[in-house]
Amino acid sequence: MLGGQDGDGVALALRVIVSLARIEGAPRLVEITSAHVDSCLYHGQVSLDFAHKLVELGAKVRVPTTLNVGSMDLLHPGLIRTGTDAEREIALRGRELMSAYVDLGCTPTWTCAPYQLPNRPGLGEHVAWAESNAIVFANSVLGARTDRYGDFLDICAAITGRAPYSGLQTTEARRGTVVFDCRSLGDRFLRSDLAYPLLGHHVGSLVGSEIPVLVGIPEDVSEDRLKAFGAAAASAGGVALFHVVGVTPEAPTGSLDHLPRYDVDLETMRATRRRLSTIASGALDAVSVGTPHASYAECLQLADLLRDGPPLQVPFYLSTGRATRARAEDTGVLETLESAGVTVVVDTCTYVTSILSPAWKNVMTNSGKWAHYAPGNIGVDVVIGSLAECVASARAGKVVLDAW
Amino acid sequence: MVIHARTLNPGTASGEPIRLTAPLSFWGGTDEQGRIVDAHHPQCGTVLAGRVLVMESGRGSSSASSVLAEQIRARTGPAAIILARPDTIIALGALVAHELYGLATPVIVVDRPAYDDLPTDRLLRVEADLLDATITW
Repeated sequence: MLGGQDGDGVALALRVIVSLARIEGAPRLVEITSAHVDSCLYHGQVSLDFAHKLVELGAKVRVPTTLNVGSMDLLHPGLIRTGTDAEREIALRGRELMSAYVDLGCTPTWTCAPYQLPNRPGLGEHVAWAESNAIVFANSVLGARTDRYGDFLDICAAITGRAPYSGLQTTEARRGTVVFDCRSLGDRFLRSDLAYPLLGHHVGSLVGSEIPVLVGIPEDVSEDRLKAFGAAAASAGGVALFHVVGVTPEAPTGSLDHLPRYDVDLETMRATRRRLSTIASGALDAVSVGTPHASYAECLQLADLLRDGPPLQVPFYLSTGRATRARAEDTGVLETLESAGVTVVVDTCTYVTSILSPAWKNVMTNSGKWAHYAPGNIGVDVVIGSLAECVASARAGKVVLDAW
Repeated sequence: MVIHARTLNPGTASGEPIRLTAPLSFWGGTDEQGRIVDAHHPQCGTVLAGRVLVMESGRGSSSASSVLAEQIRARTGPAAIILARPDTIIALGALVAHELYGLATPVIVVDRPAYDDLPTDRLLRVEADLLDATITW
């Protein structure tokens, strides 16, 4: 491959993989069974130059490869603002970049939740996934193995079918390092959807890139809640793997006494909500849910909340994958959402590109990740709440929070 | 004075050093002119373009690879980067800029205590190939 017999594109990609393996001190490369690529989001001319070079050199992915969100909603391009030169450049070049990655043989899934698609990897499978929420979900919930891959490296792994055997690809690096005892939070709180982004933000802020082990989480906790936890922990810290005792496949079964331990109580969770929100009350300009992309079950929950009741007073956005949207269209759930006034965004997300009006200041979300990044990325104030609180607030036109 | 270091990305460069007192993420932390714009960074406002950047390690998002490569392309990146710990995100940005544009920005690692003793008041010359790297002043 390095010599160019497989083409110059493969040789370039392998040079990148081998250089990284050398830097990390990896003893060898490992074959991967799938890749998830995040390089399709536009960060400047270099993003396009790299993708175009690989296309010109004839490179193609050699394992099934899904694509993360891009800078455009290709199904609803009118949702992306193009009022300024910078916005027009991103819309134009962002679309060009997305198309280059399809030319490389990637599947145009355009979702940050590839784990909601069929054919996801299983326990112990080596994969090369990029994007922090996809990485933490693959490692923790599926038990597949990926290190923290990002720009350039993800596509090079897909083209060569290989990744350095280092970091979280190795068994030794996957053991829990710090315990969070959640038992005193109580069953009522732990069965609420808001518990998980708040816990994730709290844990991520405390542990950085360590491997937390959660104790006391209900055994029937849904994948959507683990998704919300992981996404928040990965954005607040650098968590790429967590374990939940009794739930996730590689969670420890023996004594945890040798590990450092934190107890989490409701007061900590209230403080986390205050810290993650830049406003606590007052008029709202919009609501955005679905970060990471809403699953079909989450679309259904929102549709149920919206079916009866007063109309929404503020714009309400739901980001999801195009595959989930298609399923919701078939079952009539999309019709319920849209007729209630929800704008369904696909292929991208409301905090990575210009969708919300620049005049809107106060936005509510149910996502710890959105709350963490949106103030810096798109200059809004945020308040985090449960999905039900988001709906109640959108109907009232102002922040409405439950007491707990 | 010559000290030896480990190469993450090869290249040769000289410049005025700038030592960061806190880790920096290129993504969200620097602008297109190579200026530190992270309001929480103690050296916010400092321009890194053309300097020999001395910092322990990078921080944060893997999109920093793209931002560094983009700065190297636009000739607003550091002339060389000296780290105290290996950082694959930074190395990858320099590597891709080299592959795409033939612009070789050396990235090297110097173990402590030599890292702490690097001077900040005179020009540093960095020469790095795959086998060895040196810093001369």
